Amino acid sequence: MFANRFITFFLCMAFAPTAILCGCNSAPKVNEAEVSLKLRSIQTRSYDTTNTNNALRVAMATLQDLGFVIDNADADLGTVSATKLDNAATKMTITVRMRGKTQILVRANAQYRLLAVTDPIFYQQFFTAYSKSLFLEAHEVDTAAPGL
Amino acid sequence: MAHLSFFKHIASVGLFCALAGLIGCASNTVPPDALLMKEPTTEIRQRQARRYATTDEKQVIIAAAQLLQDLGFNVENSEKDLGLLVVSKDRSAVDGGQVAGQIAVAVIFGVRMPVDKEQKIRASVVTTLSADQKAIDVRVTFQRLVWDDRGQLSKLERLDDPEMYQDFYIKLSKALFLEAQEVG
Repeated sequence: MFANRFITFFLCMAFAPTAILCGCNSAPKVNEAEVSLKLRSIQTRSYDTTNTNNALRVAMATLQDLGFVIDNADADLGTVSATKLDNAATKMTITVRMRGKTQILVRANAQYRLLAVTDPIFYQQFFTAYSKSLFLEAHEVDTAAPGL
Repeated sequence: MAHLSFFKHIASVGLFCALAGLIGCASNTVPPDALLMKEPTTEIRQRQARRYATTDEKQVIIAAAQLLQDLGFNVENSEKDLGLLVVSKDRSAVDGGQVAGQIAVAVIFGVRMPVDKEQKIRASVVTTLSADQKAIDVRVTFQRLVWDDRGQLSKLERLDDPEMYQDFYIKLSKALFLEAQEVG
């Protein structure tokens, strides 16, 4: 009886690492995000300005205010990336582009550790701080509209 | 009977493996309060930012780059059109006290505790024209990542020491031949 239990235990111990490894197939996850229109809408706001340079500068200032260190920025492409280290790493990218002739679209996306951030509250907080610094009111964006 | 016992083994191992597989795949979730963006205090902003009476943004960025080179940083990235400079440096994180503690724990409990070994310090400098367009506001933020002697990340933190920021701006003021003013 003891021998039987011992054999079971031994087999479990022997197979456990294999099972744990097999349990997780490390897929590349490049196309994991079927970006839903809802998520895109959560991450995007439009503003009544055409000054993309200022919008990017305000994005950097807002990120610094929120405890991020800027990693990268490109005025021509309209991108800013930043990382916040607070026991865990939160990485954020902001892109700014023209929408028609009178508006800009600002899109933010973030990852926390190895997870994509999809919580609307996170983005709401960011855009509240950003709008204050930009001295402009954010408009929710119609995800079905062309150009988004 | 022997067959029954064999199947019992297989069933037990199978169940255990299924559980192990599930554990291995258990996904982490974002803690609800981990992403709460706290309002920045004026104190932090004042510590991190200064105003210089010049409108030459390029000159300020060049002076900051030279100062950070003096401090041993390497420039990782820059974007003149947005007034951005990103730097970093890799240094030892070995601390005498921590090593002594590690030895003491090893002697008393027979357990080897990991100690900090390497660190990467990162900083970004952002310059902006002040609202009245007569001065340049400079804001620097520092952070660091620390790895222990097992190669694991042991610390991810923002650096908040007021003296560090003060020292940075004393040196930047000297490099610019300009007096720094606090930004409120």
